[in-house]
Amino acid sequence: MVEDESANSASETRRAYWRANLRLLGTLMGIWFTVSFGAGILFRPFLDQFMLGGFPLGFWFAQQGSIYGFIVLIAIYAWRMHRIEREFALDDDDADTPIEGG
Amino acid sequence: MATQTLIYLFVGLSFALYIGIAIWSRAASTSEFYVAGGGVNPVVNGMATAADWMSAASFLSMAGLIAFMGYDGSVYLMGWTGGYVMLALLLAPYLRKFGQFTVPDFIGTRYYSNIARTVAVVCLIFISFTYIAGQMRGVGIVFSRFLEIDVTLGVILGMGIVFFYAVLGGMKGITYTQVAQYCVLIFAYLVPAIFISLLATGNPVPQLGLGSELADGSGMSVLQKLDSSLVEMGFPAYTDGSKSMVDVFCITAALMIGTAGLPHVIVRFFTVPKASDARKSAGWALVFIALLYTTAPAVSAFARLNFNQSVSDTRYAEAPDWFRNWEANGLIAWRDKNGDGVMQYEAGDAFEGAPEYTPGGTGASGERLLDNAATDNANEVYVDRDIMVLANPEIANLPGWVIALVAAGGLAAALSTAAGLLLVISTAVSHDLLKSTFRPQISEKGELLAARVAATAAIVVAGILGIYPPGWVAQVVAFAFGLAAASLFPAIFMGIFSKRMNREGAIAGMVSGLAFTFLYIAWFKLWAPELNAAEHWLFGISPEGIGVIGMLLNFAVAITVARLTAPPPPEVDALVENIRVPRGAGTAHAH
Repeated sequence: MVEDESANSASETRRAYWRANLRLLGTLMGIWFTVSFGAGILFRPFLDQFMLGGFPLGFWFAQQGSIYGFIVLIAIYAWRMHRIEREFALDDDDADTPIEGG
Repeated sequence: MATQTLIYLFVGLSFALYIGIAIWSRAASTSEFYVAGGGVNPVVNGMATAADWMSAASFLSMAGLIAFMGYDGSVYLMGWTGGYVMLALLLAPYLRKFGQFTVPDFIGTRYYSNIARTVAVVCLIFISFTYIAGQMRGVGIVFSRFLEIDVTLGVILGMGIVFFYAVLGGMKGITYTQVAQYCVLIFAYLVPAIFISLLATGNPVPQLGLGSELADGSGMSVLQKLDSSLVEMGFPAYTDGSKSMVDVFCITAALMIGTAGLPHVIVRFFTVPKASDARKSAGWALVFIALLYTTAPAVSAFARLNFNQSVSDTRYAEAPDWFRNWEANGLIAWRDKNGDGVMQYEAGDAFEGAPEYTPGGTGASGERLLDNAATDNANEVYVDRDIMVLANPEIANLPGWVIALVAAGGLAAALSTAAGLLLVISTAVSHDLLKSTFRPQISEKGELLAARVAATAAIVVAGILGIYPPGWVAQVVAFAFGLAAASLFPAIFMGIFSKRMNREGAIAGMVSGLAFTFLYIAWFKLWAPELNAAEHWLFGISPEGIGVIGMLLNFAVAITVARLTAPPPPEVDALVENIRVPRGAGTAHAH
């Protein structure tokens, strides 16, 4: 019985962890879409009426801003995921998973 | 020292460096050969990934394309970087946790099927060969223009270098060579960009220079000046472009998703020690890539400005040296339609097709005469977009050592990508076909030998494609991204995020996505190129962007078929559970 309960709570932890991961993914992929497809393509004609220095804003997003945004997104994901993993004790901090011969 | 001597010196030194690294990092086991033993530091791996990713197309062609496409060129900038977000968030950490060598490994195991594995291998080999032919061609162009040797000899030399470190060192040799190649190529890209930005705007940071005021006292910003001068010459404004919004959207999406599904990029994330390192590594890769990709649009804009200014309304007799050099190489042409000896440069093609020079024919001003049929517009200048990066230092009158640096950088970009692709092809043959499908009892030593033989064979095929480029190579580069987006990406993605996805669904999805995308591109690019225009396209989407529809089709078919067939067995359920969490050492094992 005790074993069953601990197995249950382990799979419960994994499910909660996966939900937290999916929530984070949803938010970040939403921003990913907004800075590139949104600001750089769909809303570019609108944003181009504003200037950022010598750049029309939509053009800047398409050729500069989206790329900076992508870097920030990956950095946030790596940092947040690591925290979520530690929270659920599912991190790989002390793991070393060498690939053996195939 | 003469520029030519400097070029030999720089290229020679960089080659010596690559060979030295190859000897130092020979691979001794299949694990070292395929994934560098899985122990590469994430920052180092990020740098190697950046060099692997940035090919002759990124280094040589992209800035030129953007220079002539303006806003429309953003599809490459966003498409070839945004894919890394998808890789880092949706694929890389899970595939690393899975812990085997290749993309077909994952698809074959997750979908418990050798048919799925074989479909993946076929996609992979097709994608990689399309890609590699372009690299070898890039090597040939750099050699013929800068080292003034024959293209054939150039390609053979390039093949020899790649053979040396790819066959000897495998992934381990390639990874450390690519770190060196990244340093060479990024330095070679940034130095002329900084010079040119400084000359044009007084701002040494090209990313900021692009948004600055010109230093010529006109009081106009770079983009304003470009817009107004291009519109005057009859081109669309630089910041506006001419593609439809739906096409820009779809091409960007196809390039992003294609990037995330390219096997030679994915396999790089098998080389780091653990799943969380795969995320970090993708982030570092993007930082190193962004350094070039945010510089490229500045290079494009300055190059276009300088080109317009030095060519438009200039007498041919007073044209700069680089103009005649590239004319001699067949990549620039001038047809004096009105016979005034002055080069009129405006919108429209100067003549039909690529230049075909009259043998030995010289015109009144000394230009090479052309056999092409003239068009009835006023434009007299033909320029091949691929020359912009190579010609840029000359156009801006930069010193000889900068030109030598660019030659070495172009070679580094082409060779590093070629090596990564060769490795993926040889792994697919020796590991996925031989070891996993046809001869499971093969020894590790035998497999390593097979991998080396396959790499050698792939180099020879790639070299032949580089020396005798079939006319369709440039036409079908869209294949690589479209097919990766329509076949491999959905199969991997659903393999991680859907436990219900089964063998039948995945295979049906891959085959239908692949078939649709293949036929659409082949129809417009090979069989009926005369119909390749917006009014014949499905939803106004060009062949370059159709991979997105192929991907949607793949998802739709896969989900429908999976619902109608039996769910995957319990061990696959356990496998998916396992790859979803980073913790759990020792999960990687032989199979």
